[in-house]
Amino acid sequence: MTEERDVVIRLRGIHNQFGRQVVHHDLDLDVYRGEILGVVGGSGTGKSVLLKTIVGLQTPQAGEIEVLGYDLRRGGEEARDKVDDRWGVMFQDGALFSSLTVRENVEVPLKHVPDLDPGTRAALADLKISMVGLSWSAGDKYPSELSGGMRKRAGLARALALDPDIVFLDEPTAGLDPIGAAAFDQLIHGLSRSLGLTVFLVTHDLDTLYAVCDRVAVLAEQRVLVSGTIEEMGRVDHPWVHDYFHGPRARAALTAKGET
Amino acid sequence: MNDALSLTVETAADHHLVRLSGVFTVHDLPGAEPRLAAIAADRAVLLDLAALERLDTAGAWALDRLEARIAEAGFTLETQGAAPHLSALMRRVDAAIPTPDLPEDTGPKGLTGRLDAIGRRVVDMGKHGGVFLNAFGMFLYRLGQSLRHPSRFHLTALVAHCEDVGWRAVPIVSLLSFLIGVVLAFQGATQLRQFGAEVFVVDLIAISILRELGILLTSIIVAGRTASAFTAAIGSMKMREEIDAMQTLGIDPAHALFVPRILALILMLPILGLVANVMGLLGGGIMSYLVLDISPGIFLVRLIEGTDVSNVFVGLIKAPVFAVIIGVVGCNAGMQVGSNAESLGRQTSNAVVQAIFAVIVADAIFSVFFAEIGL
Repeated sequence: MTEERDVVIRLRGIHNQFGRQVVHHDLDLDVYRGEILGVVGGSGTGKSVLLKTIVGLQTPQAGEIEVLGYDLRRGGEEARDKVDDRWGVMFQDGALFSSLTVRENVEVPLKHVPDLDPGTRAALADLKISMVGLSWSAGDKYPSELSGGMRKRAGLARALALDPDIVFLDEPTAGLDPIGAAAFDQLIHGLSRSLGLTVFLVTHDLDTLYAVCDRVAVLAEQRVLVSGTIEEMGRVDHPWVHDYFHGPRARAALTAKGET
Repeated sequence: MNDALSLTVETAADHHLVRLSGVFTVHDLPGAEPRLAAIAADRAVLLDLAALERLDTAGAWALDRLEARIAEAGFTLETQGAAPHLSALMRRVDAAIPTPDLPEDTGPKGLTGRLDAIGRRVVDMGKHGGVFLNAFGMFLYRLGQSLRHPSRFHLTALVAHCEDVGWRAVPIVSLLSFLIGVVLAFQGATQLRQFGAEVFVVDLIAISILRELGILLTSIIVAGRTASAFTAAIGSMKMREEIDAMQTLGIDPAHALFVPRILALILMLPILGLVANVMGLLGGGIMSYLVLDISPGIFLVRLIEGTDVSNVFVGLIKAPVFAVIIGVVGCNAGMQVGSNAESLGRQTSNAVVQAIFAVIVADAIFSVFFAEIGL
C-alpha cells in the first residue's frame, strides 16, 4: 500500500500489572484499518489481557489507548459509548447468553439501534447466522444444544451483528478439528475482505497465522517484541520468535499454505 | 454518522430510478425501509449507487429484499455505478440470504395435544420419582461400603460439611426458633387468659415446640440453606465435567460427594433441632414472664411436670429422616444439572421447593403414625 495507512487502534506505553507480576510494560502497538492482525506469544505473555485492555475489560495502570480516534483512557463514558457499537468481540467459547436462543443472542446488539422493528431485527439476525455458515435451524437452538464449533460461529455472528469496524477474536480456532478450523479461517478471511473488517486475532494456531493474517505481532518480554508480515517474522533474530516460526509445526503450516 | 442517507425515487415510463447517496447502515434502516417498501413493483427498477459511500450488511439486505420483491413481480432490478467493494458485499449478502427450513412437526394440537402434554408430565413425574429412589439407593449402598471399609471414608470432607451445615446454621436457627417461642407465648397468652388458664401456656409452648415446630422449622431452614448449596456445588461440578473426570479416575461421585454431605446432615440436624428446642423454650419462657408474670421457676416446674419427655423424642426421631430427605433431594438435583447456567438455577430452586415439600409430607405422615400408636 502506498497511501498513509489509517491507524484504528493505537496503544502507547501500556502497563499492566497483577500484584507483583508485570504482564505488560511500555507496550506499543498499531493496528491498521482493514488488516487482519494475528497476536501470538507464549502462554502467560498476556495476549488475552491485551485484548481485554483494548476493549475496556481491564484497566491498565498506565498508557494510552486510542480506538477509531477516541481516547478511551481519558474520554470516559462518552468515548466508550461512541466505540461500543463499532467493535465486536468474540470470546473463546462464544460466551453466548445461555438463556437465549442463537437468534436472540445475535439480536442483542441489534437492540441498540433505535426504531428497528422486531421483524427486521430477526431477519438481520438470520442473515448474520447464515453468513457465518450456520443453518437456519441453528437460530432456534440454545447454546447448550450446539457443538463447540457452532458456538464459536454463533459468537462471531453476534460480534458482527452491527457490522463493526473492528472485531476482536480470542483463539477462534482453539478446540476445533482441523477441517472446522480451516473453514473458520476461510470464514474470517472472506468476511473481513467483503465487509472491510479490521480483525484483531489472538491465536496459537500457526495454520491460522499463515492462512489469514496480514501481519503478526509477537508478545514477549512484556511488550510487542516485533510486528510485521509473516515473511518478516522468519528473519527475526530472537530465540523465541525463531523457534516459533521455524519449528516443525510452522514448517508444516507453511507447506500447507504453499499447496493451497 | 457524518453523511446522512439520501434516497430519491424518480418514476419514468418503463422504470423507477432509485438513487442512493451517503451512508446506508443499520442505523438508517428504520427510516429507509418504509420508503423502499413504498416503491411499487409495477415496472423495472434501476438502482443508482454511484454516490453511495458506505453500505453495511443491513443496507445490502434491504436492497436485496427490494430486488427479490421486484423479481417476484416479474421485473428486473439493475444496479449501476456501485463501487467494487459495495457490489462484492451485495453479492456476499445475496449468497447468504437464508431460506427457511420446513417448519418442524410440533406434535399433536388441540385436545389431543393437551392430553399428550398431561401424559408426558405424568411419565416425567414417574421417572423423576425413580431417579430420586435411585439416588437414595445409591447413597445407602455407598454408605454401607464406607462402613465396611472405613479407611476409604472421606473424614475430612465430613467434618468440613458438618461445620458448614451444622455450626454455621446455629445463629439463624436459634434466632428463628426463639422468635417462634415468643410468638407462641404471646398468642397463647391472649387466648388462654380468657379462660383464666394462663399457666397452660407452658404446656402449649412446650408441646408444640418439642413435638413439631422445633424440628420442622429447623428442617425448613436447613432445606432452604443446605439443599440449595448441595445442588449448586454438585451442579457446578457437573457443568464443568468434574463429575465425569472423577468417574474416569475411579472415584464414585455418590461415595465422594453424596455420603459426606448427607451423613453430615444426619449428624447435624438432630443437634440443630435440639438447639431450636432450647431456644424456642427460652423465647417462650421470657415472653411468659414478661406478659403473664409466670416466673422462670414456675415455668420450669410446669414444664417438667406437665410435659412428658417422650415429646422430645417424638420430635427428634424425625430429624434423621428429614436429613436424609433434604440431603438426597439436594444432591440428586445437582446431578440433574445440564450443561448450561440456566439449568443450574432451575435445579437449585427445584431442590429447595422439593425438599421443603417432602419434609412437610413426611412430617404429616409421622403425625398420623404417632397418633395411631398413641404417643
